[in-house]
Amino acid sequence: MKPGLRTLAPYLGLAAAYLLFSLLAPAAFHGAYNLKTILTQSVIVGIGALGMTFVIISGGIDLSVGSLIACATVLLARALNLGHEPLPGWLPWAALAAATGCGAIGGVLNGFITARFRLAAFIVTLGTMQIYRGGAKWLAAEQTVTAPATWLNGLMEVDAGPRWLWIAPGVWLLLALTAAVAVVLRYTVFGRHVYALGSNEAAARLCGVPVALRRIQIYALGGAFAGIAGAMQFANLTLGDPTAAEGMELDIVAAVVIGGGSLRGGEGRAAGSLIGALLMAVLRNGCNMAGIPNYLQNIVVGAIIIGAVGLDRLGARGSRA
Amino acid sequence: MVGELSKPHLSGPHLNEPRSGRPILRVLGVKKAFGAAQALRGADLEVLPGEIHALVGENGAGKSTLMAILGGNLRPDSGDIAFRGEDWTPAGPAEARNRGVSLVHQELALVPHLNVESNVTLGNEKARFGFARSQADRVRAALEELGYADLDPGARVGSLGMAERQIVEIARALFHDAKLILMDEPTSSLPARDVERLFAALGRLKARGIAIVYISHFLDEVARVADRISVLRDGATVAAGLPADTPTPDILQAMVGRPVAEIFPPRQGNLGGTVLEARGWVSRPGAAPADLSLRKGQILGLAGLVGSGRSALLRSLYGLRRPVAGSLAIGGEAELARGWTLERARASGIGFLSEDRKDEGLALGLSIRANSTLGELRRFANAAGLLRLDAEAAAVETMRTDLAMRSQGIEQPVGELSGGNQQKVALGRLLLGDATVWLLDEPTRGVDVGAKAEIYRLIAAEAAQGKAVIWAGSYLPELFGICDSLAVLHRGKLSPIRPISAWSEATVMAWAAQGVHA
Repeated sequence: MKPGLRTLAPYLGLAAAYLLFSLLAPAAFHGAYNLKTILTQSVIVGIGALGMTFVIISGGIDLSVGSLIACATVLLARALNLGHEPLPGWLPWAALAAATGCGAIGGVLNGFITARFRLAAFIVTLGTMQIYRGGAKWLAAEQTVTAPATWLNGLMEVDAGPRWLWIAPGVWLLLALTAAVAVVLRYTVFGRHVYALGSNEAAARLCGVPVALRRIQIYALGGAFAGIAGAMQFANLTLGDPTAAEGMELDIVAAVVIGGGSLRGGEGRAAGSLIGALLMAVLRNGCNMAGIPNYLQNIVVGAIIIGAVGLDRLGARGSRA
Repeated sequence: MVGELSKPHLSGPHLNEPRSGRPILRVLGVKKAFGAAQALRGADLEVLPGEIHALVGENGAGKSTLMAILGGNLRPDSGDIAFRGEDWTPAGPAEARNRGVSLVHQELALVPHLNVESNVTLGNEKARFGFARSQADRVRAALEELGYADLDPGARVGSLGMAERQIVEIARALFHDAKLILMDEPTSSLPARDVERLFAALGRLKARGIAIVYISHFLDEVARVADRISVLRDGATVAAGLPADTPTPDILQAMVGRPVAEIFPPRQGNLGGTVLEARGWVSRPGAAPADLSLRKGQILGLAGLVGSGRSALLRSLYGLRRPVAGSLAIGGEAELARGWTLERARASGIGFLSEDRKDEGLALGLSIRANSTLGELRRFANAAGLLRLDAEAAAVETMRTDLAMRSQGIEQPVGELSGGNQQKVALGRLLLGDATVWLLDEPTRGVDVGAKAEIYRLIAAEAAQGKAVIWAGSYLPELFGICDSLAVLHRGKLSPIRPISAWSEATVMAWAAQGVHA
């Protein structure tokens, strides 16, 4: 298969889905407001998918990100509750950093266990998925955690900001992070190592790439992105919820795979993952607007994931010599 | 095909063959391409019943491709194949096996967790009410027939040695009533004693009228075991059905396509000071301590059978595996084996080329660019870790031109290149680096003849520039052609290093086989 097709496929898919729902759904679907809504709805999965892009390119997977997102919402809410009214201006920032750091620490643990004991990432993160979920519930005392209102709550509001902002701040953040990840993957030594690790770990080792360290860094990045996604989740809910984002890890993996990431490692792009997240948001939103029942949504999303993986296999067969 | 040997001994009834008769297998003009690489461009082969027919040729000549086609794993693009008078177009290995052609794989196709019987009967289990019925008697009969009556059908295959595993594969072929057995490098991983036993087993098969196509690199072995020899070169049959007593140089010439002497560059013997000296170096548990010294400009050959510890020695020097004991002096500084790591080896100026391009040497999915600079990315990065892509591209482009690499530019995935060009990428990585000691493990494995000659020239030129090279290989004419000194390994025991002129193929083989000077 030509590499071009695999790269273009997610864009074409997104365009096709958008056109399709423009026909099926009421006119409100392609209005500016709904467009902004779709963008906002793609933020959490999108940011998670950017982190997952590193992990998947490196030949790994991280199933614990959903739990990490929940952890982050709880930790953020708890952190905000530490201050007394009026809240000091740095507190929301510190809470945001705590959420991100919590994700990163979870990721370090994932990477350490995977690299140090040479265990399959799937199993390790399947385990930590439960552990982190448990940790989130413990942190939250098995309840949702309310928090004082701050500017954080506005991050995911479609029309919250000044007019010139046009879209929700979270969407801008998603776009900026996408650009940053794209640059890291393409223009840095670290990015090159991520691809090398996923394409052939033995070759990377042979060339002196510090394989274990890189794995830990990669999972830490994946976790940190989950932490940021968690902050966005918090903004959405305006409270910390230990049961938030259950099953979202699969949406995140799906977004990366739809966007051209290969679960065999060595392939994947930041822009692709963004498009994957947008495609899923368009599907969900479009189905709702068109009154398509929920069960059909599930079936459609599932079929698209399989289709994307099918393309991936096709590519693998084509390049085998 | 334009070989110097223009098929002087075409197979057929004119041969003084006691087993002459209708061929059981007839292959004519078979072609097969993988993408841009033409693996077979006109392969012919005729095999008589009860004959051991050797198929020889260099790596990449297309032998394994032809075997895979005959065994039903691949389909040819064109050409005619007839087996027992019928068109041979098996849908897959299972059908090929059921119709009487069994392939004994180079990488053995066994299930290590199951026992011998289950492996032999795999895919042909007999069941009663859904429960597998024991066929131990038939399995035992097959093993007996091969002279391995002592092999227990209940033994787990994972616990068996290489030789016995091979017998299990052959027993599987017998069990399925094979008329033609295809063997790909059956002795490459066997110790000498087991080779004899395998030959005895082959003799029994032959006596039963079973035909065997036998691929091997070892021409002395071929001369002993085969009835006739066919030679493949660059995907085409250049000599078919040569008698077994054809002189070795003639066969070599057919394999290589030119007189053996011409493909090696002249070497000048200007050696500099010692750059690497190992004392009492034990590369793996059980290996004897080895002393080794290497001088600037030297190409030191490292011979030995597969499994003799050549790779272990090189890999331990590069720090890819922890050496057990010994000390190493590089550029005058002595280092103990304990604590010797890949990072320190690289920092000391040691470079390494893996024998296993596919699984270790290269990241096949990545571009030529990414592969060739992977070890030296720091050279192309600024302090912040940002890559200067232009500088990198320029360096890789220069390297690509210098090595006459045939590719569609530096962004092409390495997996799409031919074996020779892939190897050039792996060598190019060393060229782009600043290693002064090159450890090359089988640098011409799976490389076609033309690329081989280019690799010889490249390494010789680098040595003349002052690089010190250890060249591990199993193909003796190559070692004699390129090296200026040689040492031989026998089961982890290293011979003294001697000038190449002090060795002969016979003395090398004697040490390789027995660990003593003949």
